[in-house]
Amino acid sequence: MLNWLAHILHWSFLRSGSVQTALLVAGCAAVVCAVIGVFTILRGYAFAGHALGDVSSAGGSASFLLGISPLAGFLGIAGIAAVSLEFLGVRRAREQDVATGIVLGAGIGLSALFLYLDTTTTNTTGTAVTVMFGSMFTFPASLRLPAMMTAAAALIMMAILYRPLLLSMVDPELATTRGISTRWVGLLHLLTLAAAVALAALSVGAVLASALVIGPAGAAVRISRRPGVAILLAMLLGLTAVWGGIWMAYESYYWFAGRAWPVSFFVVTIIFLSYLTSVPLQYVRRRRIVRAMPMAAHAGG
Amino acid sequence: MFENFMIHTWIASTIIAVTAGILGFFVVLRRSTFAAHALPLATFPGAAAAQLLGIQPLWGLLGFVTLAVVLLHQLQKLGRKDVAAGLVLVTLLAVGSLLLSMTNTYAPAVFSLLFGQVLGISAADLWPVASIASLVLIGAMGLYRPLLLQSAFPELAISRGISAGVIDILFLGLLGLVTAMAMPVVGALLVFSLLIAPAAAAQSLSARPLQALVLAVIFSVGMMWLAIALSFWTNWPIGFFVGSLGALLFTSARLFRYIRHRWFSQRLPAAISRPMKLIPAAQPGEA
Repeated sequence: MLNWLAHILHWSFLRSGSVQTALLVAGCAAVVCAVIGVFTILRGYAFAGHALGDVSSAGGSASFLLGISPLAGFLGIAGIAAVSLEFLGVRRAREQDVATGIVLGAGIGLSALFLYLDTTTTNTTGTAVTVMFGSMFTFPASLRLPAMMTAAAALIMMAILYRPLLLSMVDPELATTRGISTRWVGLLHLLTLAAAVALAALSVGAVLASALVIGPAGAAVRISRRPGVAILLAMLLGLTAVWGGIWMAYESYYWFAGRAWPVSFFVVTIIFLSYLTSVPLQYVRRRRIVRAMPMAAHAGG
Repeated sequence: MFENFMIHTWIASTIIAVTAGILGFFVVLRRSTFAAHALPLATFPGAAAAQLLGIQPLWGLLGFVTLAVVLLHQLQKLGRKDVAAGLVLVTLLAVGSLLLSMTNTYAPAVFSLLFGQVLGISAADLWPVASIASLVLIGAMGLYRPLLLQSAFPELAISRGISAGVIDILFLGLLGLVTAMAMPVVGALLVFSLLIAPAAAAQSLSARPLQALVLAVIFSVGMMWLAIALSFWTNWPIGFFVGSLGALLFTSARLFRYIRHRWFSQRLPAAISRPMKLIPAAQPGEA
């Protein structure tokens, strides 16, 4: 009896259209966030990435007011926030924190206003929850194509930016002599980050979006120093988190007597646990290096 | 606007604004912006947990803020500080969304916990606010000199026997107390704006610590009062006004500094006109 039930449940999981859409959109978000996340962490832009997610909630809540697709809302506001971050001087180390904080505060304020107007002018309740914490199982099927196109655009952009961005991170002066404008590379990276954050905000919610950007990439960067390996590892961790989270949320309906737990909770918990696991792994790797070549490891810290 | 039921709002928000202004000065000085953003949001599950357990909300908030401070401190020791702050923040927020989904007041509670509920403060709410504020003020006075020394000249502070780790956890503790105090009144997201914007504006106008501190408190209180008044008249959420007034304040302070700098540099040799730098350059990604 139990076996039979499990079989049915298992199949109904993959057969349901809303689950398929959730798997696809969140999978796109995880892949794009992994690629951009590694660069974001290496540049020390984790706070900026987080801020873009929070600010994009203004776009998500505005989309309900305007009746447009939430993805367009998230993308628009995150893009504006990326440009204003660059304008306020996010590249200067001394200014980075404060500039990010100011954009973040203003964006959240705007989001408060839009959410308030949502509840007063339209008859939707729970917009705050949808925008802030996501609701993957309510995606319409029409969201699949725009999400895939956004992901493809972001990935193409990162393929173009890969070498110049890496070079301007490692050696800005050499990059300048090679004719690379570090300013443009930085701005394009922020804009691509905005696209990734918008996809993540759509999937796990605006305030949790940065989990997908900095969590898997943060763990991957600990385990491997090579950007290519780190990106692949981050993709693996990100996909495990979102697909595992979706499956657990779907099944939790049966685990907790008809009261499903939120998807985002499972996704973020898996990400956090994988980050914690990366800490001992890092020490294992470091000890191996130390044993192999003591001098180099000490010099490199 | 000054009716009886509004009196408590004015008193509580003024106390919160003064405390936030003082602590915000150190947040901006130490470049702990991300921590100041992470702590209020990580405290978010406290209210829901208290409701589930049937205890006073303040205890739930204090419990979660302690958890957040300890987690933040431990994780920041292990690796990149900004990644640690971000992960603690999203993990506890996700726990909050789970706890809230278990209670029956999901949607309205989320909005008021994130964006605040300034217009519903009773006399009973004033006591915890006042007592925690005085505790924080005493703590900030005691830590004033070591914090300033450690923020401006870390090496000198170490040579004087000031432990960076101890200062760090004490500072996070004070920040946590302010968070737990202010969160039910102004909301998790608003605490952050109140901490950062006035202090950042003040520090771009003055390089003297005490002057900048006083200026930060004045800006913070002024911003809070204006935000409450505007919110009262328009009926729009107070978070919107605090956020946008903060950005306005900061950009005008920067513009003012720029114009003053231009004016001086046209009349004086470059060496004299360059303002003294109190704060040393921070490393990118320091949270």
